[in-house]
Amino acid sequence: MAKVLERKPLTFAERTYLPQILSGLKTTFGHLLKRKVTLQYPEERPAISDNYRGIPTLVKDPEGREKCVSCQLCEFVCPPKAIRIIPGEIAEDSATAHVEKAPQEFEIDMLRCIYCSLCQEVCPEEAIFLQDIYSFSGYTREEMVFNKQKLYEIGGTLPDRHFKWEKKRLAAEKGNGH
Amino acid sequence: MSEETKDDGLISIFIDDQEVRTKPGTNIIEVAKSIGVQIPHYCYHEKLSISGNCRMCLVEMGLPGRDRATGEAMLNPDGTPKIMFFPGPAIACGTNASPNMHIRTKTKMVTDAREGVTEFLLANHPLDCPICDQAGECTLQEQSAEHGKGYSRFIGEKNVKPKRTSLGPRVTLDDERCVLCSRCIRFCEEVVKDDVLGFVDRGSYSTLTCYSGKKLENNYSLNTVDLCPVGALTSTDFRFKMRVWFLKTTQGIDAETSVGCNTEVWSREGKIYRITPRQNDDVNDCWMPDSGRALYQEVEAENRLQTNFVDGKAASIDIALREASVLLAGNSVAIVGSGRSSVEEQYLLKELASAMGEVTVSLVSRIGEGDDLLISKDRNPNVRGALVTGLISELPKTELSDLAKSIDAGSVKTVLVVNEDLTEAGLTTEQLAKVKLIVLGTHQSATTDAANVVLAGMSVFEKSGTFVNQQFRLQKFEKAVPGPKTAMDDLIILASLLANLTNEKVVSTVDSIWDELSSKNALLEGLSYKSLPASGQLLDASSYEDLPFVEGETLHYKPVALAST
Repeated sequence: MAKVLERKPLTFAERTYLPQILSGLKTTFGHLLKRKVTLQYPEERPAISDNYRGIPTLVKDPEGREKCVSCQLCEFVCPPKAIRIIPGEIAEDSATAHVEKAPQEFEIDMLRCIYCSLCQEVCPEEAIFLQDIYSFSGYTREEMVFNKQKLYEIGGTLPDRHFKWEKKRLAAEKGNGH
Repeated sequence: MSEETKDDGLISIFIDDQEVRTKPGTNIIEVAKSIGVQIPHYCYHEKLSISGNCRMCLVEMGLPGRDRATGEAMLNPDGTPKIMFFPGPAIACGTNASPNMHIRTKTKMVTDAREGVTEFLLANHPLDCPICDQAGECTLQEQSAEHGKGYSRFIGEKNVKPKRTSLGPRVTLDDERCVLCSRCIRFCEEVVKDDVLGFVDRGSYSTLTCYSGKKLENNYSLNTVDLCPVGALTSTDFRFKMRVWFLKTTQGIDAETSVGCNTEVWSREGKIYRITPRQNDDVNDCWMPDSGRALYQEVEAENRLQTNFVDGKAASIDIALREASVLLAGNSVAIVGSGRSSVEEQYLLKELASAMGEVTVSLVSRIGEGDDLLISKDRNPNVRGALVTGLISELPKTELSDLAKSIDAGSVKTVLVVNEDLTEAGLTTEQLAKVKLIVLGTHQSATTDAANVVLAGMSVFEKSGTFVNQQFRLQKFEKAVPGPKTAMDDLIILASLLANLTNEKVVSTVDSIWDELSSKNALLEGLSYKSLPASGQLLDASSYEDLPFVEGETLHYKPVALAST
């Protein structure tokens, strides 16, 4: 059986609405005196912390070598399957021929990306990093699929601690002492 | 200990105190595998000789002790035989089962030995896993995860060896990754009898190389890539194409010859990346020819039929089928079937032929050079299937001269061709122009060019079915990739033609055709596609013994004429 709620009649003060309006205005005018919190986006931008997870991009090492070797671990680990890689071989006459492998094409669908940074975590070559860029848009879905060239443009260069492949090249030049 | 050999001829050995009954002399690695104990190894391979050089399979071994003075069996206080373990570890691959042998695989000595071997192997191994094609199916990677340290104590420079060496037209070698197991060398020497590979230099400078002036170019060279436990030998075709963990495998049959090598087809998202052998000890062991691995390229070949044609114009499948049915309803039809079609397709073609009454059905024989391993002379994978289904009763000829005569005489006015190019079978384009031609095929040819109706079918990778190989072994293959959008499964095309002709309900799927085959065909009684084992089913070939099959002796096959002598 339905429960009947008793509705109390409004008092005189409530019927004038004045106390409610005044209490609302109190909040409004109270903010006039407090410190301003509104950011005039997009002219003003918020401060971004160092470990912010923005869009994932490819980076080059300080010598300008593309670090990605298309091992496809990021493609494998990506939860929303936003990454597509076509692996390729580096030509034998290239300066980085000793690396042997590099992506022919590397695409990230930014509409699919969920900024989880698993790709950055899994990358054995430290070639993919989530940047501090959080706002980007496009007019079509195709535009939001970033190709290799665009990912390198946004990614730029990041410092390298290992220079693994440079060491490898020097060792090969030195030979095996045999 | 003859009393241990019971009537079944088996002996007892104990692996980690678990008793196993096995044949005397069985390799310990195999015995352990049979009870699910994995003994890690690199150089051991069940189909190759024992070389015992990788030392990864070290285990503790013990035998029942005997008193030196008296020769009496030594006993524990509780009366059980006393097991005398060797002071050091022994290699499992070089040890054969003997009565009451005890093997320990989980003790500290064994773990230490494995970790030591792994550390030595990794001392010079490059950090190539991100670019290495073997990653994901690499024994060294697995063993490093299991027995590696995660860091290196080796402070010297890593050894440098040649990378990207071409050993032959299809195999690329990365010497740095080699663990010197010598499987590839033994394979070439023992199985292919083409002894081109060998090690040069000593110690950590040892390098795999070809004998000078020679190349690894035999038709079985890619098996060395499968054998390689690490990423040293890589397939030039598959190199850097796709990581193996993205690929799914499907059971296939090598359709290039009547040997019917069992294969695995590796594909991702409807694209085939590689074909590798699937072990079948009755057919191809662990091997397959290189030529069969390249067959997947025909799927995306340039001359692949992408759509159906009526009188040279692209047409939908409905219109093409209707036109074909109208042509077939006329008189004087001849059918040219194919030894490349599956058993099911041949069965439907035979039903189609019998529904039309008196029509001649011929097959085209395709003969090439054979070898004594896995390439037979008959390049049709399924001529015996046509015999079993009753599509033909005698062996096909290479030239269709009878059909040519009938066309010239005007007694044949319509020809239905399945998967064959008639110009290759000795017919001229003038003769083709004289008849109405319906072609069911996968690739464009002179015959499809001359055809009135072209029906685009599926290649062997895009459909399921069965082949009967030279041993009369019924083997199944499964659909690996979907095929072109506008092409249709051959079975459905044939079933539609049959249904249009007879106006009756017709079976059109592999399973339903097998329901009919197993009830109608005495040779195939009780068989079904689903229950057919992966290793195939040998059929009773006694009624075909007198036919002069062209095949010579190959691995696990002896022609009847030779077998009787």
